[in-house]
Amino acid sequence: MATAQAAEPETRTIVNDLVLHVATANGSGSQTSNMVLLRTLFQMGIPVSGKNLFPSNIQGLPTWFTIRANGKGWIARKQDADIVVCMNPDTSDEDAAAARKGAILIYEETLNLADKRPDCVHYAVPFKKLIAEACPDVRLRKLVINMLYVGVCAQLFDFDMEEVRKAISTQLAGKQKAIDLNVPAVEYGYKWAAENLKKADPYRVERMDANKGKIIIEGNAATALGLMFGGVTVVTWYPITPSSSLCEYLEDYLNKYRIKDGKRTFAVVQAEDEIAAVGMLAGAGWAGARAFTSTSGPGISLMNEIIGLGYFAEIPFVICNVARTGPSTGLPTRTMQGDVLSLFYASHGDTKHIVVIPNTPKEAFEMAGEALDLAEEFQTPVFILSDLDLGMNFWMSERFEYPTKPFKRGKVLDKEALDKLNGQWGRYRDVDGDGIPYRTYPGTPHPKAAYFTRGTGHTPDATYSEKPEDWKNNMDRLARKFETAKTRVPKPEIVNNGHAAGLIYFGTTTEAIREALAELDDRHGLKLDQCRLRAFPFTQEVEDFIHRHERVYVVELNRDGQMRMALGAELPRLAGKLRSVLHYDGMPLTAENVVSQIVEFERK
Amino acid sequence: MAGTAEAPTTNRIGLQKKDYAGSKSTLCIGCGHDLITARLIDAAFDNSIKPEEIVKLSGIGCSSKTPAYFVSRSFSFNSVHGRMPSVATGTALANRNLKIIGVSGDGDTANIGMGQFVHVMRRNLNMVYIVENNGVYGLTKGQFSATADKGSKLKHGQVNHMHAIDLCALAVELGCRFVARLFAGNTKMMRQVLQAALAYKGTALLDIISPCVTFNNHEGSTKSFPWMKSNELALQDIGFVPAYDPHYEEMGHGEERVVKLGDGSKITIKALDKDYDPSNRAGALQLLAEHHESGKVPTGVIYLAEEAPRFTDHLGMVDVPLSSLKEDTLRPSKAVLDEVMDSLA
Repeated sequence: MATAQAAEPETRTIVNDLVLHVATANGSGSQTSNMVLLRTLFQMGIPVSGKNLFPSNIQGLPTWFTIRANGKGWIARKQDADIVVCMNPDTSDEDAAAARKGAILIYEETLNLADKRPDCVHYAVPFKKLIAEACPDVRLRKLVINMLYVGVCAQLFDFDMEEVRKAISTQLAGKQKAIDLNVPAVEYGYKWAAENLKKADPYRVERMDANKGKIIIEGNAATALGLMFGGVTVVTWYPITPSSSLCEYLEDYLNKYRIKDGKRTFAVVQAEDEIAAVGMLAGAGWAGARAFTSTSGPGISLMNEIIGLGYFAEIPFVICNVARTGPSTGLPTRTMQGDVLSLFYASHGDTKHIVVIPNTPKEAFEMAGEALDLAEEFQTPVFILSDLDLGMNFWMSERFEYPTKPFKRGKVLDKEALDKLNGQWGRYRDVDGDGIPYRTYPGTPHPKAAYFTRGTGHTPDATYSEKPEDWKNNMDRLARKFETAKTRVPKPEIVNNGHAAGLIYFGTTTEAIREALAELDDRHGLKLDQCRLRAFPFTQEVEDFIHRHERVYVVELNRDGQMRMALGAELPRLAGKLRSVLHYDGMPLTAENVVSQIVEFERK
Repeated sequence: MAGTAEAPTTNRIGLQKKDYAGSKSTLCIGCGHDLITARLIDAAFDNSIKPEEIVKLSGIGCSSKTPAYFVSRSFSFNSVHGRMPSVATGTALANRNLKIIGVSGDGDTANIGMGQFVHVMRRNLNMVYIVENNGVYGLTKGQFSATADKGSKLKHGQVNHMHAIDLCALAVELGCRFVARLFAGNTKMMRQVLQAALAYKGTALLDIISPCVTFNNHEGSTKSFPWMKSNELALQDIGFVPAYDPHYEEMGHGEERVVKLGDGSKITIKALDKDYDPSNRAGALQLLAEHHESGKVPTGVIYLAEEAPRFTDHLGMVDVPLSSLKEDTLRPSKAVLDEVMDSLA
């Protein structure tokens, strides 16, 4: 009979502060079970996050899902789990070995983990036996066995079963057969745990009210929504993890919500490769579409030539880089902020690009629309720098606000405007002094509308030129355009309390940074000011922030300190103040890591 | 009336030939490409196409420079090497009503651009895809391209030992419905086929042997003017009959094959050599294979099928260009956002 064996008697109670780590096999349907656990905690009003750690494989390889629930709102990844559910016999020894001392292990009883980790709390559960009882249909057992651990966890840690049932209905929305199959399995696990397990750990959850008005969403879905409401019209893409779900979400949303009189107000095309995907963007942006593609690092590398063409010929389009761990195929299912430099300065020759950097799904939603605006306003490729952690993991978020600002379509001359100008215009003339020229859409019915677009040297009137002064003047105008962009890109988020040390970060490190800053203050008495970068080019506020501090830590998820390099390159006078705090093992950042690195720096 | 200057000829939309002119060519004197450019101007004028509704796209190379030399009133995009097809595809997505003329070369298409060529052939865009095929790289001074025939020689004697890529055969294989091989020196046939291609709704692939007078016009070359003059095998006498032609009804009888195009015009094809049937896909491939062996270069319409739905027709898009859509159409209502947010709560 399965009984709990505690390493030492447990008298404490820990409420709403747990990290639950579930090890399963890829393709076993465990995603649904894990989402039910996540949703239940969310519905109980407890701040929560869910991170999927999966192999680059479809079926059979190990996969892990980590849920962190924390009443104080700390939802970044944590190094160690409190509760480990071992459902995968292939990894259970390793999973048990990796658990921290005192962790709680829940596992199939035949795995015999008690002897291997006597320092942990054990709940051995006869999952295989139970599933035979809970699910008469042999063929379906594999699909619902994971629901048993949902029931066991719910019972052990006080999950509200009503909320569990509701979470199953939400997660399997519209699939009544699946709901009818899964709910009894969870209940069976719950009942078995109540009758057979003796509580021997301090963890429990309690209803609270921190999630009112919030949603749970993946960043890729949020970006897709932002693009739809931002009026994207042409979407071309080539599948690559972890960006594929972005265009898939986008296509689904567009098919549902962007149909007019039965016809599509958009085109979605799967290209033959990333070069073709970006080539199509160049054609579409040139011809007046709001054009978008998503990709990841290797795709950016392939797109580089046409990105340069887009910069130089001044063609608007937006590329979202859902970054993964590289170089090369690297770790395609792990996260990294490793494409900072390859986006900022993408392509050959002198190039610099506008890049927006969201840190949450809400910001991904807002910045997607903003990126479409910036691209057309500045007639240039614009990048959204996301990553796997934001794109494919589940985040609690404020509800998105309906965008009310009109689209910015940039300086476009139509037939009427050309009539007024008597056809006197030049494609690359800097009429307004901001470096941004005027353009016309192909097909504009005016005899003077057309111009010649080329990647070769050209004059302000778009004629071919190899003259040194024409080349230099044009490059200087492009630089002027980039200067103008500094006043229009999203400004950094700054908390400045006059401390000597500052901290610069961006993107998905936000949650870990928040927690780290609190801990540095509480436990180490170290206070730092903060600057969260939200765009490239760096705005004046970034320069001022670094200028005002003695030393500035730049936190990022790559080996070489790419953002620090970019800051140093753009603000060379201030480069000496910058220090790198790095994390680059493919996993999301933890607060522990930031705290230990900064404490070490500060003690020097 | 004697003594008065004749009014300049205008086409059906009131434009003169000069309205279809381009900048002066900067290619070598005698280049085959300039012959093609001149016939393109004729064809666009004769078909009375509004210049603003044409877009000219190209990759990189001598041939890809030519969009600057015809119809300056049309929009043009000289893109990057081998990627014109994707840029053309994107242009068609943004504005499905534009008539796209893509100009490429043998290197731009059969070497660096092979990947994009085969995929665009599958799509059936509204596009005339012209390959100005001379078997060598001009701008980089005379290296072989992948259309060079086995056994042909470069200027300094190097021999090509590899099999040539036959773009017409590939196009037929990949589903292109209008495939022609032409010789730039046969301007009469070129003009008629260009007119038909411009009127055709769908992709027309014209592989035009266009000799390079500087790097590939010597003895031993199979893409030279002299070689083509002795080895061209004109398959057909081709006519293009616009819908408004006064002889429209009488045309296209007797031994000629007639294919009616979407705009009402028709192409008439009278077999010269033997009764070659250009509507037979397998026969087209057989013809091309036979002549790889014979060394003759059959010219004319290699394959022509009736017009079929184009790529943009399959996408279910609104009838107007996507580029013309405004915020009222492109931004769903607040109720939609509320609905999505509720589903995620």
